[in-house]
Amino acid sequence: MAEAQNQQAGLTLRSVLIRLRGRLLLSVDAHVQPGSVLTVMGPSGSGKSTLLAFVGGFLDPAFETTGTVLIDGQDMSGKSPQARHAGILFQDPLLFPHMSVGQNLLFAIPSEIRSHSERVSIARNMLAGMDLDSCFDHDPARLSGGQKARVALARTLVSRPRALLLDEPFSKLDSALRQQMRELVFSLARERALPVVLVTHDPADADAAGGQLVTID
Amino acid sequence: MGRGAWQEQEPLLRIARFAPHVVILLLSGPVLAGLLGTILPAFSYLPALGRTSFSFDAFRAVFDEPNIGWSIFLSLWTGLAASAISVVISAGVLAAGFGTRGWAVLIKFLSPILSVPHAAAAYGLMVLVMPSGFASRLISPELTGWQTPPDLLIPNDPWGLALIAGLVAKEVPFLLLLLIAAIGQSDAPRSLHMTDALGYGRLAGFFHVLWPQLYRQVRFAVFAVLAFSATAVDVAIILGPSTPSTLSVQLVRWMNDPDLDMRLTASAGAVVQLGLVLLLFIVWFGLERVLATYRKFLAAAGLRLALDGVLTASLRFAGWLLTFLTLGGLLLLALWSVAALWPFPDALPESYTLKAWIRVLPAVMQPMATTFEIGIACAFIATLLCILCLASSSAAKHWSPLLNASLALPLIVPQTAFLFGLQIAAIKSGIGYGIAALVLVHLVFVMPYVFLSLSQAWRSLDPRYAHVAHGLGKSRTETLLRIELPLLLRPVLTAFAVGFAVSAGLYLPTLLIGAGRLPTITTEAVALASGANRRTIGVYAFLQAILPFTGFVLAFALPTWLFRHRAGMKGA
Repeated sequence: MAEAQNQQAGLTLRSVLIRLRGRLLLSVDAHVQPGSVLTVMGPSGSGKSTLLAFVGGFLDPAFETTGTVLIDGQDMSGKSPQARHAGILFQDPLLFPHMSVGQNLLFAIPSEIRSHSERVSIARNMLAGMDLDSCFDHDPARLSGGQKARVALARTLVSRPRALLLDEPFSKLDSALRQQMRELVFSLARERALPVVLVTHDPADADAAGGQLVTID
Repeated sequence: MGRGAWQEQEPLLRIARFAPHVVILLLSGPVLAGLLGTILPAFSYLPALGRTSFSFDAFRAVFDEPNIGWSIFLSLWTGLAASAISVVISAGVLAAGFGTRGWAVLIKFLSPILSVPHAAAAYGLMVLVMPSGFASRLISPELTGWQTPPDLLIPNDPWGLALIAGLVAKEVPFLLLLLIAAIGQSDAPRSLHMTDALGYGRLAGFFHVLWPQLYRQVRFAVFAVLAFSATAVDVAIILGPSTPSTLSVQLVRWMNDPDLDMRLTASAGAVVQLGLVLLLFIVWFGLERVLATYRKFLAAAGLRLALDGVLTASLRFAGWLLTFLTLGGLLLLALWSVAALWPFPDALPESYTLKAWIRVLPAVMQPMATTFEIGIACAFIATLLCILCLASSSAAKHWSPLLNASLALPLIVPQTAFLFGLQIAAIKSGIGYGIAALVLVHLVFVMPYVFLSLSQAWRSLDPRYAHVAHGLGKSRTETLLRIELPLLLRPVLTAFAVGFAVSAGLYLPTLLIGAGRLPTITTEAVALASGANRRTIGVYAFLQAILPFTGFVLAFALPTWLFRHRAGMKGA
């Protein structure tokens, strides 16, 4: 078992086909190594986001699917979204507006870490690593766009995901910020050996990601 | 699929899956059983009274009643007129006001107006328009020359005009609220720009392009308004004609007759009323057809009605007038409750006193407490069931057809048609008139409004918040409790307040199932209609209105205070 996991470290999409009312939306067969990126490119409305929903386990049952998703060799079929630990970033940061920045992170830290002081220090360290030292008690609605994006990333990382799913996460940032955010996300994913699936319509995202590329039309 | 399998592992969701079935049972059970319990006695079958053979005697008794023809006509006429006027005014106010500066302000008044119980609103209208009321005082004696109140029969005028006005004042905010929800989902601003560009007037553009799609969405509510207006009891007792009264008032009189045999007559009358409502539905179907054809004809003719400024302005005025009719009436009632000497035609009292309050308060404490207990219990149960139903079907955007039909049932079937049967069942089965029975019956009326109120807001919450939470490793239950419910705190509390307001304002169910042993502030207030003085009425109506109003204030204030440091929660 442990051996099989080592062989298959990373995210595997084995003959994944997604259809809607008989029409084929996408077909992917790929293995994403830890720390590398699979980019799925396609115009908006092409249904590329359904791949992330399928991997994350929250695809609308109206879609017909075949194929399997494996994370570190473990079959995800039939597993609940929360059991998959696939952290997801959307184009909106979607910080929980009723919580402070710190509470957003504390909510995300796995409950196995019991000690409150340890949880707080994990959250604070993560924020400090992203130049957000002073933001722990801040209202997320009052942050700048770039800060929100970084908090969303921080929140995902403290949850200790086994894979990262990115749904056009840079598309709403202005161009200077976009480049910074790309570098931050991809370098952190490499550092933490996270397999990444990126869905985008921007060729510059694919260039920055530098991994395998699947184009759909 | 694995999807269902993992959800069943969470205890809360396992319970939630049963919620829709419980709701269907709680709604359709009493209504269908009550209908049967009304229809059988109507044909003289009531074993409890030793009647075991079927006959038409009870129907004969109904039609032998003097003036019954006029009562039937009055029910049809007031129901149809009130509904038609309500639809025209709410559509007109929406067409004329949507997107204007005053619109946002007007919208804010809608929920508080809707929370005013029918009886309190009717009393408010009464002290405004009666011969010695505020309206005639304002223009007397300067304009009218009246030194004493004129001898006019208002309210309780024989044609039911005051009754129609009272119904319209309550139904317009209800329809408007639903229309506003519907227009929010449409592409209204751009549609109106387009018709503007084609040279259509504001109203013509609205009716040609937006109205057909809006009407389709609120059509069900229009039929509910029709059923309610034709069968309302409390408003008809307060504002309606008395010699003879509408059929609904006559029915309740029969039902409360000490002679138990009169229950057969009452049941037969309720079946007649059910038939009248069906007749009104058919008439309305016909009207819809005719008007739709006419609209298509006008559209093909390209009539632009570009110069509709006067009409638009008067519709906006109508919106404000209706708003202030209800709220102004309540203020007047409050004024009456503390008025000492207030001779005609003075616009304001000469002096003030708390005598009426001191006299009435000890007597209303118990009814107020009963109202509060039942209202809280109903609002809590209904809101909880609604949340469980929504949580169990978060992927689906709509209720199951059976749940939908059950939620529609109490709004479409006239109250009398199933409440009479329920009351007879309550006597017979010995379940009696306890507070539990009252809560169960109130729930039938409370749940449709709570579900209507909460489901819209729930379904407009961005589903990606839940996806993010699941991605962070949080279970469905944790996501519900820590993300979705807090984000939806305001709509949840509003739904609770709606539920409480509906329960607190219910008259007939409380009267019949409580059988006079569990009076609420509403049954007490309506009982004053025959000849109590305005100071007493003022206290009762004010108290009746203040309970639900407080609920809405809390539903607004609590989230605002809790999330005062969270700018992202402002509109939520």
